[in-house]
Amino acid sequence: MNTLDPITLWTVIIGLAVGSYLLRFAFIGLVGGRAMPDWLMRHLRYTAVAIIPALVTPLVAWPAPTGGTPSLPHVAVAAITLAVGYFTKHVLLAMGTGAASFVLLLYFSG
Amino acid sequence: MATTTVKSAFWRGLRDGAPFVLVSGPFGLLFGVLAAEAGLIVPEALTFSLAVFAGSAQFTALQLMQENAPILIVLISALAVNLRVAMYSASLTPYLGAAPLWQRAIAAYFTVDQSYALSIVKFESEPEMSVPERMAYFFGTNGLVAPGWMVATIIGALIGAQVPESWGLDFVLPLAFLAMIGPMLRTPAHLAACFVAVVTALPAAALPYNLGLIVAGLAGMMAGAQAELWLERRLKENRA
Repeated sequence: MNTLDPITLWTVIIGLAVGSYLLRFAFIGLVGGRAMPDWLMRHLRYTAVAIIPALVTPLVAWPAPTGGTPSLPHVAVAAITLAVGYFTKHVLLAMGTGAASFVLLLYFSG
Repeated sequence: MATTTVKSAFWRGLRDGAPFVLVSGPFGLLFGVLAAEAGLIVPEALTFSLAVFAGSAQFTALQLMQENAPILIVLISALAVNLRVAMYSASLTPYLGAAPLWQRAIAAYFTVDQSYALSIVKFESEPEMSVPERMAYFFGTNGLVAPGWMVATIIGALIGAQVPESWGLDFVLPLAFLAMIGPMLRTPAHLAACFVAVVTALPAAALPYNLGLIVAGLAGMMAGAQAELWLERRLKENRA
């Protein structure tokens, strides 16, 4: 476990608190009913479905529990979790399946 | 008379929001556990949840801080994940924009996936609702979800402090993210964005300062936007 240094932690907490609030307040508080340019909205629609996979991919390809060595079982557990989420559209069902396959993975990898 | 309808709007919001505690509860719990694993003490984890109140941004920041990413990258990435709340804010404005500024200022803090999704459906289907009723409904949807998120964070942080490191919980975070992504992939354009982000992220992981995340994220967003345009053109051509 690498403990985070308090300055980093608090800078991030405060920065995120202010930033997230401004994102939320920007429109309802300031912009009012004015429309945003189409091209911007079109890109904003895909931020979450692009950034989150970009974050997760290296974590699955080089998993922390193996010390970063690529591992087929980890990829399999990840693929199952994503597939259940995609086909059922239920976050909790996907999470449950992921957790169960992760426990199996732990059990068999000893 | 007006007070009763406003009150009942709040209670309807509360009732409609109740099932979502089952979603935000486990995620708050997980955030608490992983925060504790990362070395955060309970007050730190709770302040994090109270101040930021955005699950996916909190998970992103936690992960990147553990990878010792530069603060700027942590902030940009976590805020990018949370950009969708700006869209929620924009889309709620026609319905709530006429409320007093102090109410809108508080509403901004409570703009999350659950409150947005419930409220926008409600406001669209019941256009006769007054602005105070809409505001009351909006706050009602958060009446249980927001406290639930905070309490779950505390419980999670308390549990996390007891979990031995040998359990390899590091891998739970990617799984939680994957579980969140699946249901978000509603259109072929979403799939394109996700696919391009994944394919770009692998070679981009070699970039310094976790810049690969930003590069792959932008590539994914552009792919999504282009796919959307292409699909619209196809649809028009087929109609013509």
